[in-house]
Amino acid sequence: MALLQISEPGQAPNPHERRIGIGIDLGTTHSLVASVRSGIAECLPDADGRVILPSAVRYLSQGRREIGAQALTSQTTDPANTIVSVKRFMGRALKDISNAEELPYAFLDTPGMLSIKTVDGVKSPVEVSAEILATLRQRAEDTFADDIYGAVITVPAYFDDAQRQATKDAAKLAGLHVLRLINEPTAAALAYGLDNASEGIYAVYDLGGGTFDISVLRLSQGVFEVLSTGGDSALGGDDYDRALARYAIETTGVKVSTDGDKSAVLVAARRCKEALSSENSVEFHALLSDGELRLNVSREVFEAQTQSLTQRTLSAVKKALRDAHIAIEDIQGVVMVGGSTRMPMVQKAVGELLHCQPLNNLNPDEVVALGAALQANQLVGNNTDGNMLLLDVIPLSLGIETMGGLVERIVPRNQTIPTAMAQDFTTYQDGQTALALHIVQGERDLVHDCRSLAHFELRGIPPMAAGAARIRVTFTVDADGLLSVAAKEMNSGVESQIEVKPSYGLSDEQITSMLQDSFHTAEIDKQARALAESRLEVDRMCLATHAALEKDAHLLAAPELEHIKQLMVLAQASKSLDDAIAIENATEALAKGTEAFAALRMNESIRQALSGKTIESL
Amino acid sequence: MNSGQGLQQSLLSSNDFELFNLPLTFKLNRQLLDERWKNLQRMAHPDNFSVQDTASQRIAMQYSVRINEAYQRLKLPLKRAAYLCELNGASIKAEENTRMPSDFLIQQMQWREQLEDADSLLEIGKLQQEVLAAKESAFARCETYLDVDKHWIHAAGEVRTLMFMERFEDDIDKRRDQLENA
Repeated sequence: MALLQISEPGQAPNPHERRIGIGIDLGTTHSLVASVRSGIAECLPDADGRVILPSAVRYLSQGRREIGAQALTSQTTDPANTIVSVKRFMGRALKDISNAEELPYAFLDTPGMLSIKTVDGVKSPVEVSAEILATLRQRAEDTFADDIYGAVITVPAYFDDAQRQATKDAAKLAGLHVLRLINEPTAAALAYGLDNASEGIYAVYDLGGGTFDISVLRLSQGVFEVLSTGGDSALGGDDYDRALARYAIETTGVKVSTDGDKSAVLVAARRCKEALSSENSVEFHALLSDGELRLNVSREVFEAQTQSLTQRTLSAVKKALRDAHIAIEDIQGVVMVGGSTRMPMVQKAVGELLHCQPLNNLNPDEVVALGAALQANQLVGNNTDGNMLLLDVIPLSLGIETMGGLVERIVPRNQTIPTAMAQDFTTYQDGQTALALHIVQGERDLVHDCRSLAHFELRGIPPMAAGAARIRVTFTVDADGLLSVAAKEMNSGVESQIEVKPSYGLSDEQITSMLQDSFHTAEIDKQARALAESRLEVDRMCLATHAALEKDAHLLAAPELEHIKQLMVLAQASKSLDDAIAIENATEALAKGTEAFAALRMNESIRQALSGKTIESL
Repeated sequence: MNSGQGLQQSLLSSNDFELFNLPLTFKLNRQLLDERWKNLQRMAHPDNFSVQDTASQRIAMQYSVRINEAYQRLKLPLKRAAYLCELNGASIKAEENTRMPSDFLIQQMQWREQLEDADSLLEIGKLQQEVLAAKESAFARCETYLDVDKHWIHAAGEVRTLMFMERFEDDIDKRRDQLENA
């Protein structure tokens, strides 16, 4: 929703001007923002010099809130209002959260996505995440003393459509123009590969606070081609904390009943785990409401208690290698990402499985944000002679429900995106005039075991005998990994299409109203902002068209050129109207009117790409 | 836009081989295919258009999707063979045409029994090797039918048996997963 990009009306963007693109790692336990300055990607520090922002938001009364380290200080005294690890709730219903009863929050089972009751009202995970993103946006704006053109936000590779959509919604809510969602391991590979000029096949093992990803990539001449990806979007360092906390409670027999106690034990477990990465034995110590919990934990005991978690990650690694049709010997190296890879047993287990020394020369906390910043810099056009290209894949298969609760797969996992795939279906009753489609994501054969993404209906099919209708269902996955679905009856041409967001995502209206409820950064009202934004868009469009004409007008016949020029004049003229809709219509007319020209230019560049430059070696 | 429409047609609706400027044969230089794919995506990928106008972004999406579609079909030997059959008018119609040579059916049944009885990774691996060898000779026959004899109907027959074998390979993988996680 470009609506939220705030820029002065009439302030035309200059295509040659340097734009500020930022990369944001929105993590389970902490988040970072990075940007490319003077050719080097670096994480941006806050006023106190810290680059890491703990992903914690504390809600106080009267709309006040604390974000980051400040919020964490209240984690044990005000656990119900201090939301941590909110990433685990993104795009998730209450029934999806396996340990809800262990958590100190007042969850509400709201349709689609759960929400949390706080002292400041009911909050959706999207809103909580938006607070974190807005804080990072503010940090970047302060650093550059300028507006941010757009952001690349990272998501776990194994995030499904609902989780990705929720992340994109949070970014929009935070007033960020989303240039692209990219996968965390891919971002890490980008930072690592460009830094070390690596070539060959690499694995990226990314164990974060709440998610685990494994990606296998081929790096060659600036192309980062993801061969396969896998993981578990609900497995991370948090689980190691919980396993240790459970062990401590069971071993000591201490009673832990209040929410404050639960938080205290978890915080202590985390501290103990972190210390065990460098020490052989550590004292586990938590202050409880009546008494304390105290015991000695050796690294050996900790490793035994969490071994099954590490084992789960290794199974996923093996599966990803199989999916990529890669043997262990083909792996050049494995990049370790995420704070949880600091645990020595994780490094050791991964090294043993893949027969190579894990690569960890970049800070595992920062590498994802750095990669996102590099991609953002390229996307905003600052790196014009850059040779970098990301070819990522979709992590989980997409399909629809067929008779008997079975899944018919339409897009198999590990397809390179963007992609579009279609399958034909038919009616099963005489005179059937509508077809209900249930869209699901996952690898299992039963609908029941997959994630339900959306329901929609194709109506108005002319009555025909059963089996006579030919309904083509097309799944399109864009470069962000987000799905849209279209259905068309081929005999009659009846069509229907949706962006897959109704069950889990938020509508643009909901976002706008949330924005007005919770953020007060923009003084201008909604209409004025829409008008300013539409004028900006018209300028952007005219400038781009102008640049295209300067370069390639020779591809057009005189009347075609004349037509485009006319549309540009009309679009420019529309700016004087105080009517956002009219301006948008004129912009759309120009967009439509230049599509054929854009296609011509694309054909031209493709011809050049194929002509002569490569050696015919058949 | 007459000249424009014509040219646009020629690339978006050209067949996969034409789009990649490769000869219309089953035998394929994989390295060249990969190189062409990356060169084409360097031109067409939406990432190159994120600060450009809407029209360019839409076109980029269309082309990028089309290039990936063609790449997938050319890259996988079975899909490539099926595509060549279809291009030459020999329909595969796998759902309707399930008639198989009887010796192949017997072979299939033996394999299925072997898979059901297999209870070690070693046995699974052996079976996998056997299927792989059968696939390789089927692909060799397919190549002769397609590139030498131009016998599309025979090639389509090989494609159908190969489809069975690939489905069976999926089942072998599933069984392996079961055994590994048991």
